[in-house]
Amino acid sequence: GITGGCHRSPKGEAAFSQKFELYSMAWNLKEDLRDCLVAAAPYGGPIALLKNNFRKEKSPGSRPLLEIYSASGVPLASVLWKSGQVVQLGWTASEDLLCIQEDGTVLIYNLFCEFKRHFSMGNEVLQNHVREAKVFHTEYGTGVAILTGAHRFSLTTNIDDLKLRRMPEVPGLQKLPSCWAVLSQDRVTIILLAIGQDLYLLDNTSCSVVTPPGISPHAGAYVQMAVSFNYCYLALFTDTGSIWMGTSSLKEKLGEFSCDFRTPPRQMVWHVAELWTLSGERRFILDEDSYLVPELDGVRIFSRTTHEFLHEIPEASEEIFKIASMAPGALLLEAQREYEAASFGKCFLDKFPPESFVRTCRDLRVLNAIWDYQIGIPLTFAQYKQLTIEVLLDRLVLRRLYPLAIKICEYLRLSEFQGVSRILAHWACYKVQQKDKSDEEVAHAINQKLGDTPGISYSEIAARAYDCGRTELAIKVLEYEPRSGEQVPLLLKMKKSQLALNKAIESGDTDLVYTVVLHLKNELNRGTFFMTLQKQPVALSLYRQFCKHQELETLKDLYNQDDDHQELGNFHVHSSYSSEKRIEGRVAALQNAVDEYYKAKNEFAAKATEDQIKLLRMQRRLQDELDKPYVDYSLHDTVYGLILDGNHKRAEQLYRDFRIPDKRFWWLKIGALAEREDWEEMEKFSKSKKSPIGYLPFVEICMKHHNRHEAKKYAARVTPEQRVKAHILLDQAADAAIEHKNENEMNLVLSKCTAATDSSVVEKINRAKAQILKK
Amino acid sequence: MSGKAQRRGPPRGTAMEPLVTPHWPRCGSCLGTNQPLPLLQFYSCELVLEEEGIYGDVTCDEWAFYLLPLDDDLLSMELPEFFRDYFLEGDQRWISTIARALQLLNSLFGPFTNTYGIGRCAKMVYEVWRELVEESEGDSQARRPEISHVFLMDRDVDYVTALCSQVVYEGLVDDTFRIKCGSVDFGPDVTTSDRSFKVLLNAQDKVFSEIRNEHFSNVFGFLSQKARNLQTQYDRRRGMDIKQMKNFVSQELKGLKQEHRLLSLHIGACESIMKKKTKQDFQELLKTEHSLLEGFDIRESTSYIEEHIDRQVSPSESLRLMCLLSVTENGLIPKDYRSLKTQYLQSYGPEHLLTFHNLKRIGLLTEQAPGETLTAVESKVSKLVTDRAAGKLTDAFNSLARKSNFRGISKKLGLIPRVDGEYNLKVPRDMAYVFSGAYIPLSCKIIEQVLERKGWLGLEEVVRLLNGNEFAPTEPVMEENPAWEAQRVILAVFLGGCTFSEISALRFLGKEKGYKFIFLTTAITSSARLMDAMLEAKV
Repeated sequence: GITGGCHRSPKGEAAFSQKFELYSMAWNLKEDLRDCLVAAAPYGGPIALLKNNFRKEKSPGSRPLLEIYSASGVPLASVLWKSGQVVQLGWTASEDLLCIQEDGTVLIYNLFCEFKRHFSMGNEVLQNHVREAKVFHTEYGTGVAILTGAHRFSLTTNIDDLKLRRMPEVPGLQKLPSCWAVLSQDRVTIILLAIGQDLYLLDNTSCSVVTPPGISPHAGAYVQMAVSFNYCYLALFTDTGSIWMGTSSLKEKLGEFSCDFRTPPRQMVWHVAELWTLSGERRFILDEDSYLVPELDGVRIFSRTTHEFLHEIPEASEEIFKIASMAPGALLLEAQREYEAASFGKCFLDKFPPESFVRTCRDLRVLNAIWDYQIGIPLTFAQYKQLTIEVLLDRLVLRRLYPLAIKICEYLRLSEFQGVSRILAHWACYKVQQKDKSDEEVAHAINQKLGDTPGISYSEIAARAYDCGRTELAIKVLEYEPRSGEQVPLLLKMKKSQLALNKAIESGDTDLVYTVVLHLKNELNRGTFFMTLQKQPVALSLYRQFCKHQELETLKDLYNQDDDHQELGNFHVHSSYSSEKRIEGRVAALQNAVDEYYKAKNEFAAKATEDQIKLLRMQRRLQDELDKPYVDYSLHDTVYGLILDGNHKRAEQLYRDFRIPDKRFWWLKIGALAEREDWEEMEKFSKSKKSPIGYLPFVEICMKHHNRHEAKKYAARVTPEQRVKAHILLDQAADAAIEHKNENEMNLVLSKCTAATDSSVVEKINRAKAQILKK
Repeated sequence: MSGKAQRRGPPRGTAMEPLVTPHWPRCGSCLGTNQPLPLLQFYSCELVLEEEGIYGDVTCDEWAFYLLPLDDDLLSMELPEFFRDYFLEGDQRWISTIARALQLLNSLFGPFTNTYGIGRCAKMVYEVWRELVEESEGDSQARRPEISHVFLMDRDVDYVTALCSQVVYEGLVDDTFRIKCGSVDFGPDVTTSDRSFKVLLNAQDKVFSEIRNEHFSNVFGFLSQKARNLQTQYDRRRGMDIKQMKNFVSQELKGLKQEHRLLSLHIGACESIMKKKTKQDFQELLKTEHSLLEGFDIRESTSYIEEHIDRQVSPSESLRLMCLLSVTENGLIPKDYRSLKTQYLQSYGPEHLLTFHNLKRIGLLTEQAPGETLTAVESKVSKLVTDRAAGKLTDAFNSLARKSNFRGISKKLGLIPRVDGEYNLKVPRDMAYVFSGAYIPLSCKIIEQVLERKGWLGLEEVVRLLNGNEFAPTEPVMEENPAWEAQRVILAVFLGGCTFSEISALRFLGKEKGYKFIFLTTAITSSARLMDAMLEAKV
């Protein structure tokens, strides 16, 4: 039935509220609720009961029993409590159950009574024991506040990112405060506590005394307090039966009135902006043994037999429905009312956009479906909007109601990625935990159902399987993962590195290949590691690159393993000039290279390297004897340097020892002689035998050094075919000098001219000189 | 649905995020969002950071560095190391980077409906890119593509072109002064002052844009004509009244001065190039190159190269000529291979033993198998067995050593134009003009042929000689709207670098056929850069 509520708004006016029966509870509770630890999650969440918790003697037969029910009283799971003394139960925002023990350990269970993890509230709590605890929710997540036996408060604002805070001491606090509450103001979590007639605010750093504005001086000692769902309002109950109501900032008083009872209510909660109390007396129409659950837009009240929802009537509807009565269980009353009104009213409006109407209808059907007592999630429209459909779907998934969740997705036409995929993925993750089925069966079932639904990540399902200790199943599931790159991290984690390497290479992501290679390197012994790489050229070349930059010695080992003598030879040659500084070291490195080259049957390289050893030794001798740097020059440059210094004998010796081809020797010798301007020696050399490079190069080199006079000598010996070229060269010197307008150059050319043969050139230059003088 | 998942979901990790929880009470904060994770995570970097124990102190961000637009039609990835890393060391780490760059362009200007290519790397990039496309399917469909044709080519498909001396202005400027990232430093000899100027070379430079694709022999004439025009424009101010003069000064003078400055810079550059390049030496060098391309007077060319080495003309030029000889001749005969290498080592030091090893591995400087030659064996065999079997045998030989087969390809594709009389460089008739009419760049010819034939049909023999790895669109090419055809834009992708000569040649081809080419290259390259990448030198 529906009953008008006798409650107070902050301003003290009586407002209209209605109470609806949600369910008659399916549980067959023998115990009184007051004998159990009770916790009910908001948003129509589950109810947890810890029975036999208060018995002092703990015989094995009477261990506490933890039970979890849906809001309709349908049992979800139960477990015998074998852990320590529980002080407080509470639900997290993601519907996990927190069991706070006397020793400060907090155990987390899911709603199927499966243990998830635990954490401790710290040493201080462990030593002094938990006397009271509260679970609270802020924008930071779910928090836990503890009052210890030493009358100190400890809290954490987010159990998923545990940071323990010990609140400052309350001066002069010798016994437990009579009541306290957690407030959240401006993103700061604070504690309000009462000791007799004094109120204290505890924040991170300080403790301050506060007085509620406008409270009557005879109000008495505070015995109970309540904070509203949104932390906006505060109510204080005193031992004189007076209730003060105001903002939780304690800046504004909204009302004060006195009750006709003095004993503090067992539970006092806010109902939207109105206060409800659950007293030990039969003051209100409530059952004696009831439990209040504050909700966003009302209060849920359940007892051993019924579950009711107390709901404020919106002003708009109030006018019409003041005395009306509704069908029992009409949770959706308000929304439905609006729907009826809307569908009725719609007929009179031709421009009413149908979309929102249709959407609302769909939402209502969803709410109806989950309200069913088998499901047992009684949500109001307002709660549903606040919770969002995504979270609702997650909650269905959490209850393993996969088919219903999928039906809702389809009904609401959510995108596959947002809806069905998520749910299927979660289903698959649940599926892999079913130990009674074989790996093949499970893997097949998952693939059958999931196929290639977009957004499904097989690798994450596999990860879940692996977490459950089912490596083989994980590998099977991974096979369905189309992105090979996605398979790699898990395969590595499962120590299937070789398989991971294949997949990484398949993915074409070299960064992944590197990762696997480095893994393998640590995991395998060197020999096996190298063998593995040999089979994978892509990985091998990447690792070689890595070694070239990071570990040269490893590179050598790699070649050794492979009997790659050519590369070993190269390696030694490289180190002969890059890492070795002393001649002996360099010769030794080169000797190693020679050996390797012979093994590689690369005779050319071996011979060339032997020559280099010979040259190095020679250069060192030259360096010692002539006190000039010769080491590190090429053969050509060494001989050139010798000639430049006039060491013709030694140059000749190198020419013979290293079998320098005649042509090269002639080229370099005339070049060096010209640079030395040793024209006499050049002429002598030119006549030593017939030039293998002809005589045009002599002309060229002389002209290059602006010696036209010498050049002419050789021009005469140039073969007839090249004679024209030679003469062009001879003329170029004059032209160049004229072009440069450089008098010195011109004079140089003039000095090398003979009047008889070069009259034209002389004339040309003289003309140019005259021009310059004119300017 | 088939068991093997073909379709790809949106980016990773979204479907399985931790369960979203409501906030209690909700204070303006939002619920979990589905933000896609970055595609590439630096696993190895993270591993190193972790090992060093500083992982938590470091925030990693990925800077996706794909494409640097150097000009209106030129995108460079500025990865000069790619050439050595991939072709020499077999390092594939850039493949996915390139594929993602391609995908970026595809999503902006695609969809690329006609994708052709040749080369192992090109094929890998193509395949990785295809996967990226599948993953992001549904993003950009059914719109008219701005770029519909793509051609991917590995540098090792055509080494010959990259090894030739460049004679088109932009290429010549690159060979002479080295263009870096679209700009060049003109030294005092160009600026005729004591300062160096950094000049941006792109389509914005009005003078440069008119001469960049010209054969060098035309450039000087063009510049002097331009100078005369400029003078005329300056001269107009004579006989102007005050008002006209004011107009002239405020509106035209600045532009003229700018043009004047650019003009004098380019004239300076030309002079500097002429000083270096029009010497007899350069003429002889070009003559040798042309002989090598045509396959005449090989002995003479070999002696020329030997002399080049003996005289220490230039280490990288000598090496380049050796490579050109090897690539055009399918490797050096063993005697030359040994003697040229010996000469080179004597000139430049023993560390080049490693340079030669690199060149051999990459296929730039190889030795013909002793006694062979391939053709000799082939002809002997073909006398005994049928042609088909001989073909197979050739394939077998090919798989043993990667052959350039330049001679055969050149003949098949007609890369050496037959010219009666002088090749008119002022009014070029084909892409050969970029090499003075002596040679049509192979890379560009392949692109031309494939686009013309809409695939590789009829080019089977060429493909075989190029060692395969060709690809073309799998679905039959849609009959295109002729209007689109007229303004077809083609993305030419060069893996391992392209030269300015190739760019000029394709610009020319585009003009002839009414296409527009956009170039995407891992880096601008040139013969000198190729050689530098192979050089092992003391540091």
